[in-house]
Order: sequence, then structure tokens, then C-alpha cells
Amino acid sequence: MIGYALAFGFSAISLALLFNLWRLACGPTMTDRVLAVDTMVTNTIALIVLFGIDQGTTMYFEAALLFAMFGFVSTVAYCKFLLRGDVIE
Amino acid sequence: MSMTHEVVISLMIVIGATFALIGSWGLVKLPDLMTRLHAPTKATTLGVGGALLASMIYFMALEGKMSIHELLISLFLFLTAPITANFLGKAYLHHYVDPEKALPPARGKYGWSTFVAAPEEESDAD
Repeated sequence: MIGYALAFGFSAISLALLFNLWRLACGPTMTDRVLAVDTMVTNTIALIVLFGIDQGTTMYFEAALLFAMFGFVSTVAYCKFLLRGDVIE
Repeated sequence: MSMTHEVVISLMIVIGATFALIGSWGLVKLPDLMTRLHAPTKATTLGVGGALLASMIYFMALEGKMSIHELLISLFLFLTAPITANFLGKAYLHHYVDPEKALPPARGKYGWSTFVAAPEEESDAD
């Protein structure tokens, strides 16, 4: 039963990632592209967690945590760059 | 692993994945950035929360002890989602919106705080 749920989860999140990729490719503004990257990071965390359930190992939590942290930092850095033209002033 | 555990875990996975899909569909469908911000910051974060909850229950049922790694990830995501949304909205306002035309006049003495610098005597006071 968990296998079917995981199959559904993998396909739904992969489709979500494709949507994000479309927005990344033809988002009209720069902020749209940053938002698309941020959403892709969030979806990738979900994908990693589901893969961890599939493999039955807790090894992937650290990867998911690192993704969460770097996603946040990179989004803030991108926004700072858009606002000020510089990341560290 | 009991049947109840399996049902709850599968339900959590399906709900989480559906929310993630709805959030990304909103990112494609909605008309401009200020409305588009809503979909990923709310629905996708909730979707990841569902997946993390499923993982927490799964490993609790498998190994018999509570693991707080997932709680850490979901706490971090729930804390950072509003900050990134606020930052993105600010960047959008400063780049693509003319405050004279698009925004209603501010009711206070000084105007919108993101466009107007802090008044002098206030910053001297502290």
C-alpha cells in the first residue's frame, strides 16, 4: 500500500518540478525565476524524503536538511542581489 | 508494521504530494507575481510537511523510536517560507511596480515604509 502511495507521490512531485521548470524557463520577471527556483528546492526536499521512505534508510535526512538551508540562503542572496545589486555590501 | 500505520503513512504521502502538485500548478496558472507568491509558499510548504510527517511515522513504526530530524526540517521550512515570500515581494515592488500609480496612498504621516526612508528624529531617538 505504501508502495502505491510512493509511486503516486513520486509522479506528482516530478510533475510539480516540471511545472516549476516551465516557470523558470519563461517567467516574465526575474523575481518569478527566483520564486521558481525556491519552489523547486522545496519540491526536491519532498522528493528526497519520499526516496528515504522508499529505501528504508534515514541517511537522506541530512541531505534534505542541507537542501532546506541552502535553498533559503540562496533565495535570500538572490533577492538581496536584485534589490541592491550586491550580495555582501 | 500494522495496517493502521500503513494507511496513515499512505494517506500522508498522497495528501502531501497532492498539495505540492497544487502549489506548483498555481505557480504556472496564476496571473502575476504577487498572486503567484501565494501558491508555493503555502501549498508547497504544506505538501513537504505532509511528506515529512509520513516519513516520521514510517521510521517510528519501523524502528520503534521517535526521530526528530524531520521535525527539524519542517520547522526550518515553516520558519523560512514567509521570510522568502516577503523578500521576493519586496524585490518585485522595487523593480516592477510604480508606487505612485499601483499602490493606494499610505494612511500614516510618512508613506510606504519600503519606499520611504526612516524619518530623522525617530532614528536619532534610538
